[in-house]
Amino acid sequence: MLLIYCPYCEIERAETEFHCGGEAHIARPSDPEKTTEDDWVEFLYMRSNTKGIAAERWRHIHGCGRFFNAVRNTVSDEFLNIYKTGEAKPDLEAFAREAGK
Amino acid sequence: MSDLLASDLVTPDAGEAPLLGLASVSILKVAPLTRFSFRARTASVKKAGAAVGIPLPIKPLTSETATKRAALWMGPDEWTLLAPEEDLQAVVTGIGSKLGSEPHALVDVSDRSEAVIVTGEKAAWLLNTGIFVDLSQEAFPVGTVTRTVFHKAPVMIWRIGPDAFVVEAWGSFMDYVAGLLIQCAQELEAA
Repeated sequence: MLLIYCPYCEIERAETEFHCGGEAHIARPSDPEKTTEDDWVEFLYMRSNTKGIAAERWRHIHGCGRFFNAVRNTVSDEFLNIYKTGEAKPDLEAFAREAGK
Repeated sequence: MSDLLASDLVTPDAGEAPLLGLASVSILKVAPLTRFSFRARTASVKKAGAAVGIPLPIKPLTSETATKRAALWMGPDEWTLLAPEEDLQAVVTGIGSKLGSEPHALVDVSDRSEAVIVTGEKAAWLLNTGIFVDLSQEAFPVGTVTRTVFHKAPVMIWRIGPDAFVVEAWGSFMDYVAGLLIQCAQELEAA
């Protein structure tokens, strides 16, 4: 079982307390009325489905209930970085270079 | 049981027979009490604490207790407030008048969950049959409170003494939680 660190509870907990919320840093169109259908498709359905280092949203659903973001290697399942919602997206390429060593 | 946290608030239900009564661990149903789910922004937390009569804990997974009141940290902007059954209106009025138009949510969830007190030297062992959390005193000192999963049911556990825990689950999950605890305790009887 994976242990995942919750940045709000400041503790590592078992994977069963968490829920993965898909790709992180997908911003909702700020002006829905001016947004084209293609943009909506892009926002709603298109995901990069990365094999390797990816930023994901996770939720500590059976704990504090908060969403946070995590950089995870989708191949090895290793969590490389965990940060709170609202914080800037880390440099994924740097993590990839680090992991490639 | 007077050395336990909130012993004037979280009391065994006198009308209920103990669910389990072994030498090393016992399970008692908790008498009804008022529970609130309170959510507010950081700016309003101090005022809310003054209204309830206890400072709301800011440190993750901690709790604060005072006479007939308890505040449990649930999340960075969420607390569970406990009070005696008859004080429901007092808390609502207190917080309402202090916070006024500041954005906050105070929801009466008294009947959403039921609680049991698990006590005895094997209490932590018994909870660990279904909870993957380190319940040693170093990692989970008295006063620590957290939501987690017991087997497949979401529960809240709150350590009110070195060998005493409050386990709270939603009403419809309580039979499952208490039933499994009792079943797991059979291992102690056998030993």
